[in-house]
Amino acid sequence: MPEPEAWLILLPLGWASAAFLLGPARGAWLAAAGLALGLVLAAHVAAHAEAGRVHAVGGWAAPLGIALAVDGLAALMLLLTHTVALPLALYARAYFARHPDGAAWFWPLTGYLVAALDALFLSADLFNLYVTLELLGLAAVGLVASSGSAQGLSAALRYLLVTLLGSSAYLLGVALFYGVYGNVTLPLLALQVAAPVPLAIRLALALMLVGLLLKTALFPFSFWLPPAHGGAPAPVSALLSALVIKATFYLVLRLWMNFGNLLAPAAVAQLLGLLGGAAVLWGSVQALRQARLKMLIAYSTVAQVGYLFLLFPLAARASPATALLAWQGVLMQAVAHGLAKAAMFGAAGAIASAAGHDTIARLGGVAAHLPLNLWAFGLAGVSLMGLPPSAGFLAKWLLLDAAADSGRWAWAALLVGGGLLAAAYVFKVLRHAFIGAQEPGTSFAPVSPMLQWPPFLLAAASLVLGLNAGFVLMLAGAP
Amino acid sequence: MNASQSLPLLVVASSFVPGLLIFGLAEERHALRSALNIAGAVIKLVIIAVMFGGVAAREHYEYRHTVLPGLDLVLRADALAMLFVTLSAALWLLTTVYAIGYLEGGANRSRFFGFFSLCVTATVGIAMAGNLFTFFLFYEMLTLSTYPLVVHRGTDKALRAGTFYLGYTLAGGAILLVGVVWLYDLLGQVEFVHRGAASSLGPQYTTQLRVIFLLLIIGLGVKAALVPLHGWLPRAMVAPAPVSALLHAVAVVKAGAFGIVRVVYDVFGVEFAQSLRLLVPLAVAACVTILWGSLRALAQDDLKRRLAFSTVSQVSYIVLGVALFGPVGTIGGLAHLVHQGIMKVTMFFCAGNYAETLGVHRVSEMNGIGRRMPLTTAAFSVAAFGMIGLPFTAGYVSKHYLSDGAQLAGQPWAAWVLMASSLLNAAYFLPILYRAWAKVHHPPWPAPAIAARGWRETSVLLLLPPLASGVAVILAAVLADTAWSPLAWAKLIAMREYAAPLR
Repeated sequence: MPEPEAWLILLPLGWASAAFLLGPARGAWLAAAGLALGLVLAAHVAAHAEAGRVHAVGGWAAPLGIALAVDGLAALMLLLTHTVALPLALYARAYFARHPDGAAWFWPLTGYLVAALDALFLSADLFNLYVTLELLGLAAVGLVASSGSAQGLSAALRYLLVTLLGSSAYLLGVALFYGVYGNVTLPLLALQVAAPVPLAIRLALALMLVGLLLKTALFPFSFWLPPAHGGAPAPVSALLSALVIKATFYLVLRLWMNFGNLLAPAAVAQLLGLLGGAAVLWGSVQALRQARLKMLIAYSTVAQVGYLFLLFPLAARASPATALLAWQGVLMQAVAHGLAKAAMFGAAGAIASAAGHDTIARLGGVAAHLPLNLWAFGLAGVSLMGLPPSAGFLAKWLLLDAAADSGRWAWAALLVGGGLLAAAYVFKVLRHAFIGAQEPGTSFAPVSPMLQWPPFLLAAASLVLGLNAGFVLMLAGAP
Repeated sequence: MNASQSLPLLVVASSFVPGLLIFGLAEERHALRSALNIAGAVIKLVIIAVMFGGVAAREHYEYRHTVLPGLDLVLRADALAMLFVTLSAALWLLTTVYAIGYLEGGANRSRFFGFFSLCVTATVGIAMAGNLFTFFLFYEMLTLSTYPLVVHRGTDKALRAGTFYLGYTLAGGAILLVGVVWLYDLLGQVEFVHRGAASSLGPQYTTQLRVIFLLLIIGLGVKAALVPLHGWLPRAMVAPAPVSALLHAVAVVKAGAFGIVRVVYDVFGVEFAQSLRLLVPLAVAACVTILWGSLRALAQDDLKRRLAFSTVSQVSYIVLGVALFGPVGTIGGLAHLVHQGIMKVTMFFCAGNYAETLGVHRVSEMNGIGRRMPLTTAAFSVAAFGMIGLPFTAGYVSKHYLSDGAQLAGQPWAAWVLMASSLLNAAYFLPILYRAWAKVHHPPWPAPAIAARGWRETSVLLLLPPLASGVAVILAAVLADTAWSPLAWAKLIAMREYAAPLR
């Protein structure tokens, strides 16, 4: 197919609109077919990705037309998105068969969400990025609200305010860029921005960074995440935790790649790292204190996001070798968390669906009734704790190596301690679900295999990736 | 992939694949599950037998898979690996037979045997790991796969013991990981090679290497139950008897001790470790552990708890042998790796038999048990004599070499510690034997469950494994001078370790 990059954006827009018109039953099949094709396209793009490759849509080059840029990093994120989205679509079809509330909205909104993600990863222009960011935020808010419950609506409203605030701050930054340089194309700007950096550009970057941190839910901006991710229908939680927050983090990476060395003082890098460290500790402790399974998983996302921001203190003012290790570790963490968290939310959704509740202390008997889901939870947990063999372990290994290489032992202690805290909350669930006896008088409704296998396969993927991850590093390239 | 590459992988797969299949089996498929278990164990032993001959003839078996650039998963069968892998595979077969008998009619057997197989998979992976990364991978897999076995009974006490176990071992694993990554950062890939790779680093790294050594020993010492990192082991004895056998003799504490052997010989190199003055502190730690474990064992009335503290003490004989600079101590330590395994597995089998057959859990309940269960008690007695170090038992051989090694290394105090430990061993084992054989039983037994039929004092599947391992305790000593004894193999390793040419 010519122009696979453009199709990655057009295809989900197409099936989303068709799903809206045809209704959820046929929409689900369209989505699955569209996402399967999307995975093939993403794999094709990943196989041909190289730095500096730019695709001019319709033959119109950059300042006039829309340029799509595919480097390894973008290809990696596309691949992650579609690897996670396809099994989740199959899962969601079975899930909404049992919980019809909001099924009509799920497929069109998911299509727009995937289109926004693909477009975001492929854009190389600050304003186009803003458009994708806005579309992504609105689709995500719609998904959180789609169940229609009062709780879901209040979480969605809060999420909406956060996402609008975040994108407004970002847009203000873009406007300042345009005002100073008359141009918003990233590769051009990277050439134009030179010391001394105008105050307006410093302000612009600060605004954009804060907006993105808000949307990535870096502590202390994480207040909105647990109710939104923990309250949404399970497939939505999985999409949001695995992919949506990674997209805004990806934008932070893009800014840092283009302007970081020139602009970000070491203090900012340290601050981001400290916030990340605080997120790891606070999120894990909160996760440990939750009584409900989905809230525990949501707080675990808060903690896992923290690791992503260790890139900045580890890579700032470090040797190229250290910076490379930190870069690789963080991208491995993004991929590992994407797979594992999608698996975990999927498993939790199936368990809650069968048991009729997700109170952790009452999960006894899950091992006998939903063994695959419990395995999915456990294996994903192995990756979150960073135990081998798993992608999460490789991420921890690379980050630890970066810390050891530069002698920054405080970060090493955080990495190791965070893993132990993750073990504490994962085993809190397993102790009840795996060993605990079933409460008398409770029952588990039978659950379709499609609610069991996709999470299991995602969890297994995060483990198998831990044995063969060379291609992730190859795509990740260097900062 | 040719045979020399695929055999190490097959050793791991021969328990991993049955384990996965067993997880998928319905609870009532008793026969098929047992068949898978036994078949896996026998196939593993056959493959190991093939490699054994090859390694003796200096054949090279290695499987290598690249996980990340500069990070390989390596399974290699060298002489030291064969020592441990043979021990664990042989005892796995016995323990599997025993567990099939022990769990007859119990709940959640698919789950139990599934994790049981994963546990052994992890152990043989540890044995054959060719570098620190691979070692760590299987070391953590062992933690995860033994936790479900420790909490198998699901009682509050078991769950608490499981939490303790996880807390200690995961924290130990985290410390170990820091040491491993640090060493990788300094050296690149840390392969296990004779005389160690660390010696290639210059004197400016001395302090770093000492800290790394400490991190590695702490991480490994948790599983090896070095005092004061041993707290989980006595608690974990609430697990079913076959699991205790696995923890104490085959897998967990052995993995820790084996790791220490690897770190001293094949990461640092024993001469280099000596030159960094790391071995004497390690020997002191081992001696403290030996004495402390024995002292605590004296006061325990619960039989399995007494055995657990005895393990704390006995496993450090291995560490002591490693830490005594010189080939004779090495031989003693390595031989004890095997000898302690067969002796302690026998004792836990016997303790399980007492509990399952008569409901006897305490030493104070054992009066006259030798008349009711003579075969089991005979096996127990042989193993106890071995622990004390009496002649014609495996324990005598290893203690003999360890004492000589201490004298030759110029550390006679270590020999005194061994002597004191023998006395303490006698002090806590001989009263048990006295009660069992000489005292008269006043009925009833606490909870008789299995009736005696002729010579079968308990069910056959429970009886055969301790008899087999009990005989092995004697054979290891009587046949110590033959070519295939654990002692002879330990000599081979020590020879290769100390006489290896400088790289």
